Amino acid sequence: MTDFGAGVRLRAAGAVARRQAFSRISYWILLLATVLPLGLLLYLGYDTISEGWSRMDWDFLTSYPSRKAEQAGIRSSILGLVWVLGLTIAIAIPIGIGTAIWLEEFAPKNRLTALVKLNISNLAGVPSIIYGILGLTVFVRGAGFGPTILSGALVLALMILPMIVITSQEALRQVPPSIREGSLALGATRWQTVWFHILPGAMPGIMTGTVFAISRAAGETAALIMIGASAFVAYDNTSVFEDFTTIPIQIYNWTLRPTGQGFQPNASAAIVALMIGVIALNAVAVVIRERFRRD
Amino acid sequence: MTVRGTDTEKLRAELKGRRFKHPGEFVIIFVLTACAAATVLTTAAIIFTLFGETFTFFKDVSIFTFFDPRGEWQALIDPRDYAVIELVAGTANVVFWSMVFALPLGLGAAIWLSEYASSRSRRIVKPMLEVLTGVPTVVYAFFALTFVTQDVLRPLLGAETVPIFNSLAASLLLAVMIIPTIASISEDAMANVPQGLREAAYGLGATRLEVASKVIFPAALSGIIASVLLAVARVIGETMIVAVAAGSTPNLSLWPLDTVQTMTGYMLQVGLGDAARGTPDYDSLFAVGSTLFVMTFALNVAAGMIVSRFREEYE
Repeated sequence: MTDFGAGVRLRAAGAVARRQAFSRISYWILLLATVLPLGLLLYLGYDTISEGWSRMDWDFLTSYPSRKAEQAGIRSSILGLVWVLGLTIAIAIPIGIGTAIWLEEFAPKNRLTALVKLNISNLAGVPSIIYGILGLTVFVRGAGFGPTILSGALVLALMILPMIVITSQEALRQVPPSIREGSLALGATRWQTVWFHILPGAMPGIMTGTVFAISRAAGETAALIMIGASAFVAYDNTSVFEDFTTIPIQIYNWTLRPTGQGFQPNASAAIVALMIGVIALNAVAVVIRERFRRD
Repeated sequence: MTVRGTDTEKLRAELKGRRFKHPGEFVIIFVLTACAAATVLTTAAIIFTLFGETFTFFKDVSIFTFFDPRGEWQALIDPRDYAVIELVAGTANVVFWSMVFALPLGLGAAIWLSEYASSRSRRIVKPMLEVLTGVPTVVYAFFALTFVTQDVLRPLLGAETVPIFNSLAASLLLAVMIIPTIASISEDAMANVPQGLREAAYGLGATRLEVASKVIFPAALSGIIASVLLAVARVIGETMIVAVAAGSTPNLSLWPLDTVQTMTGYMLQVGLGDAARGTPDYDSLFAVGSTLFVMTFALNVAAGMIVSRFREEYE
């Protein structure tokens, strides 16, 4: 019904009314499609928190894994995850940003460069378990590193590298060409231009993409299981040449235990811990993005 | 003229000399080039590893056994058989059922976000959908096994009809995992449809539903197809959800309440140390890995080609 003022009201009738009714109903059906997965996940989140909360205490966070569900904790998986992520960041960020800078600022515009770009976008679509096989063959067996933090970090670094490169390239492209041209015109070399003018401008975008990539590495399980990372580590890691476990591996291990043994609340509590970490990382990325958007 | 010419020559020579004033610059550019080379090296290493070891596998097992459409996948126990068809069927099973759930919901969400939502509700809902992509898949795997199978499917349909490991639970959570990808890429494609088409349709008296379904959806179809191809590639490559919830029994079945093993599920099983090194069982990991790699690669390339063709249409 449309009100044209002055008491004139038009109401569609017959076929038109039916078409409009369909259209109105479709709004709610499509809205339902949008919120259904969100609602399901909110419910699952609530379910997990209410189950895991009973296990979530200081003892759980600071105990080693155990055969008894009530005594098991995630101390070694938290430490292992921090070690692996730290080394992953140290490897992937310089190489990723370096590749992006080369592609955007230095690479000659020829077919070889186009091929490198195509290669990176294809690498982004390679399943993580394939990276796991690569790590198993090249780092664990080939180089003889074994299923250590070093091997795990190398695998995760290779896995998130394409993501970092692609988002960094986009951030570098966002820097206005006038800044580049101005700097070059004043006699700066190409590297001085990149280092003092382009990188600072692109930094927020690069950081956002990188933090998202790291949060993906934090949740990765399959690639690390492939290289042989074990779930039972009962010591604190002190070097990158030690075996390790991470929270996702621990969740996987506890999920597959038979239901009667009481490991399911442990898995829920570990999920709560992991999600707090992942959401914190994502929040950092969003804050960086929003903070610099105003400029 | 000649005098001027020599001046230019001199100037050029002098400038050429200046270019070498910063030798450090060359080191930096060399290092950056090496970084880019690392990405190429990664691809080379993946291909070399996968196909090299696959070659070893085919020394022990006939290629006809591997591609036998009527064989079985029976690695790790006697009598051995390595017909990849059963693992591919497992993957096809979860791909099909996850798409049954993900396509209507994902595309529905894309249409709602692009054509129906006010800009305010879009600003609220879209980031929430994007958060879903950040959830680690092992968490989805836990939900599939404990919530979907144990708390919903088994009490609802009975423990006799629903095996503890079944394709349906895995497919449902795979759908939840993939919906944001389909919704986000399809929404971009629909938002890129020129505003003029929308206005012309409304001007002719079309309702919102008609504009969305008869004008915008067909115009954005190539982008939508690309999003679906990317989604299928991700489902094929996803490991944790299927390894935890779908089981580890190869099964030539498309029925959602069967236990199935996918290609990735089998690879993880071998990765857990179930096969001795140097045996055909262990080498089969690489043969299955190559199959998986070729499939996802083809889907990604196809999606990329469709997207780049789609871009040319409007620019």
